[in-house]
Amino acid sequence: MPSGIKDKVVILGMGCSRFGERWDASPEDLMVEAYGEAMTDAGIGPRQLDAAWFSTHMSDVGTGRGGLPLGIALRLPNIGVTRVENFCAGGTEAVRGAVYAVASGACDIALALGVEKLKDTGYGGLPVATVGTFVPQWYPNAVAPANFAQLATAYRRKHGVAADTLKRAIAHVSVKSHANGAKNPKAHLRKPVTEEQVLAAPIIAEPLGLFDCCGVSDGAAAAIVTRPDIARALGKRDLVAFKALQLSTSNGWEMHSSQWDGSYFHTARIAAKRAYEEAGIRSPREEISMLEVHDCFSVTELVTMEDLYLSPEGGAVKDVMDGFFDADGRIPCQIDGGLKCFGHPVGASGVRMLYEMYLQLQGRAGARQLPQPRLGLTHNLGGQPSQNVCSVSIVGTLGS
Amino acid sequence: MLGIVGYGGYIPRLRLSRSAVVQANAWYAPQFASKAKGTRAVANWDEDSITMAVAAARDCLGTDADRQHIRGVYLASCTAPFAERSNAGIVGEALLLDESIDAVDITGSQRAALSAIAIALAKAPAAGSQLVLATDLRHTRAASAQELEFGDGAAALLIGSDRVIAEYLGGGTLSVDFVDHFRGADADVDYAWEERWVRDEGIGKLMPRAIAAALADAGLDAAAVDHFIFPSTIAKLDAQLANTCGIRADAVVDNLAGGVGDTGTAHALLMLAHTLEYATPGQVIVVSQFGSGAQALVFRVTASVAAFRPVKGAATWLARGVEETSYTKFLAFRQQLMLERGMRGEQDKKTALSTLYRHRRSILGFVAGRCAITEDVHFPPSRLSYTPGAPALDTQEPHPLAERQGTVLSWSAEYLSYYPSPPQYYGQVDFDGGGRVLMEFVDVARGDIESGTRVEMVFRIKDVDEKRGFVRYFWKATPVRSTAVGQTE
Repeated sequence: MPSGIKDKVVILGMGCSRFGERWDASPEDLMVEAYGEAMTDAGIGPRQLDAAWFSTHMSDVGTGRGGLPLGIALRLPNIGVTRVENFCAGGTEAVRGAVYAVASGACDIALALGVEKLKDTGYGGLPVATVGTFVPQWYPNAVAPANFAQLATAYRRKHGVAADTLKRAIAHVSVKSHANGAKNPKAHLRKPVTEEQVLAAPIIAEPLGLFDCCGVSDGAAAAIVTRPDIARALGKRDLVAFKALQLSTSNGWEMHSSQWDGSYFHTARIAAKRAYEEAGIRSPREEISMLEVHDCFSVTELVTMEDLYLSPEGGAVKDVMDGFFDADGRIPCQIDGGLKCFGHPVGASGVRMLYEMYLQLQGRAGARQLPQPRLGLTHNLGGQPSQNVCSVSIVGTLGS
Repeated sequence: MLGIVGYGGYIPRLRLSRSAVVQANAWYAPQFASKAKGTRAVANWDEDSITMAVAAARDCLGTDADRQHIRGVYLASCTAPFAERSNAGIVGEALLLDESIDAVDITGSQRAALSAIAIALAKAPAAGSQLVLATDLRHTRAASAQELEFGDGAAALLIGSDRVIAEYLGGGTLSVDFVDHFRGADADVDYAWEERWVRDEGIGKLMPRAIAAALADAGLDAAAVDHFIFPSTIAKLDAQLANTCGIRADAVVDNLAGGVGDTGTAHALLMLAHTLEYATPGQVIVVSQFGSGAQALVFRVTASVAAFRPVKGAATWLARGVEETSYTKFLAFRQQLMLERGMRGEQDKKTALSTLYRHRRSILGFVAGRCAITEDVHFPPSRLSYTPGAPALDTQEPHPLAERQGTVLSWSAEYLSYYPSPPQYYGQVDFDGGGRVLMEFVDVARGDIESGTRVEMVFRIKDVDEKRGFVRYFWKATPVRSTAVGQTE
């Protein structure tokens, strides 16, 4: 059993662009915006960066391929830039790369930056992506809302939940996130919504309506990581450290065997268990202070509460309706507004989640600040319920 | 004994209301007011002559995936999607027929199916069972008589010597360049000459000669005919022809004009498949068709007829139609009405032919891999199994899925993507005997699909590459529906 990442690497600085329909900004501008804030926060100059990890997913509509877009946009001093792409979980992958580089001793200070420019396609929703030459010959021309909507049909059947009960519960997920996002100046959607509005919205993919789907937006977020001793030497206090970084990837079992029941994320359960073990957490429902999960769709968030062992199996509907994950609940979830209100610039989202945890742990979250959070969890998912990559990361104050 | 050893049919589920068509076009073509009766069969957006032929073949061949006994396949159609690439070859792949047989396209006239039967009859004694498929999906102009008269459909006959259900007695053929209609190589619709000339000078003179020749070859008198099959869009022409030939009026077989329409090359065989469902031993059947000449074949039903049943049969296909009253849907399905697709409809559907070839058994034949050790089923097949903790190497054996049913695990219906008939239904299907595939659901309406719904497989168009003129096919799932004859949905 490896010793794990706990308390070996800390965050030196972070930045996050304003998310939204950034008609004003190219991907390069978004990168500069997030990077500038992170560097100022870290209090370092470009020559102190040893390497960078760069996350972007839709290279055809955004930045282009490889590490070059980051190197050129930020005029980095010829350091190594590695592009990572792992569907919607790419942001966390960039962070993982940078953290592991620092933990290994290969780098003292490393940059992780995720960006996505989705609003140059000319249409709403996620851009249509290519999937090789074989898959299109047999696989349905699937779209994300219908992939994730299937969680609802399987969950209802497994737990005997009535369709309108589940519909109301997932509506509450969105109502809660909109209430949170309204307080966040960097969020894309900043209007509270009512349950009635959510329930009355047009259907995108049965049973998901418009408000069950996260926004589509442009954005970038950046993290600069280093070792605790270097951070202290640079004058940093109240350090936020990585407690766990876990990633689990499907191997086809859910997609092809008949053993998975379609109502949960197999990978999330594996990644969560490993992350709690790495972080030394025994009772997540009692110990986790706050969450940023991959709420690409409201129903994803609901079932994820069970996959992260925060709600008992079959108990997420009750917890959600009880307000357990509301801003004033026991474990506030999507306190920044989540994907629901930030939108989902694919490669940036994982880093954006970490940004909120970092601000909250440092007491810098403004109107959204939670009272004394200790441990924050981010859950960043790429793919679809039946085959995906799922990362679960835990951060907290160093030594806690 | 040589003759028909199996039969099957296929009529698409949608039945377009003729009154809906007539009403929509009344401003322009009021002359069709008297034709506003009944329905015509309409292929779904993802059906074509090939997919309908596969459906009819499966209706005939049954659910046994072992089809090695079929030693030849003939696809008769005047609307096959490929001018070059064997259409019969695609059907052969879909049916998992033996690669060492010949798969032949026969085309060029409405009686191509009868020509195919004649060839199959000649070949079967030495070579073994021959599969004859007839199928047509004919394009027509909006506000034309053909639009109302034609229908889409297919039929299948298995010709052989073992357990013959209708013995071949004789045939008569005339090959004459009588051009009642034609369609140039680049044209999309037929160009037809005056109906009265076709009736009197063409059908009225050529058909009796072919029928007389066939009966003479069979050594039978016209009065012996119990079922007279002659498809025509000209009302009552079948009865007139029977009268001319000396065939009893009660022998004239209903041409399905009321509910289905004339399915072109397929129609005589579809009527024959329908007739064989209720024909009794000893009865004589004349099946005839007109087109670039005339042709007639004579069969006598044997005692074995009761022992054969198609999977569903023409009567069931007839009964399970659903009326479609949207004329614009019909026009859109036939590319006669270009609907706005949005930018999501701009996706390139280019097919990598090398990939298709490498995976053709999976894609066209829907063959999965079954691990010989764990019995886990994998689709698509792979060298390594997914079996948790024990990914075995090279243990998978071919495991056909097309004739297996499954159960819906999860589903959705989405309105986001470009889809020719929204919403697009798809979800996960767990197959009986193992294996799970994310599949499109077709021929469904709201409420037809739920978790737990039983589904069966249909061979359909997956995507059309309009830029390059290529069609790719795959299997889709449709709810298992009652096969009880007479039950309408």
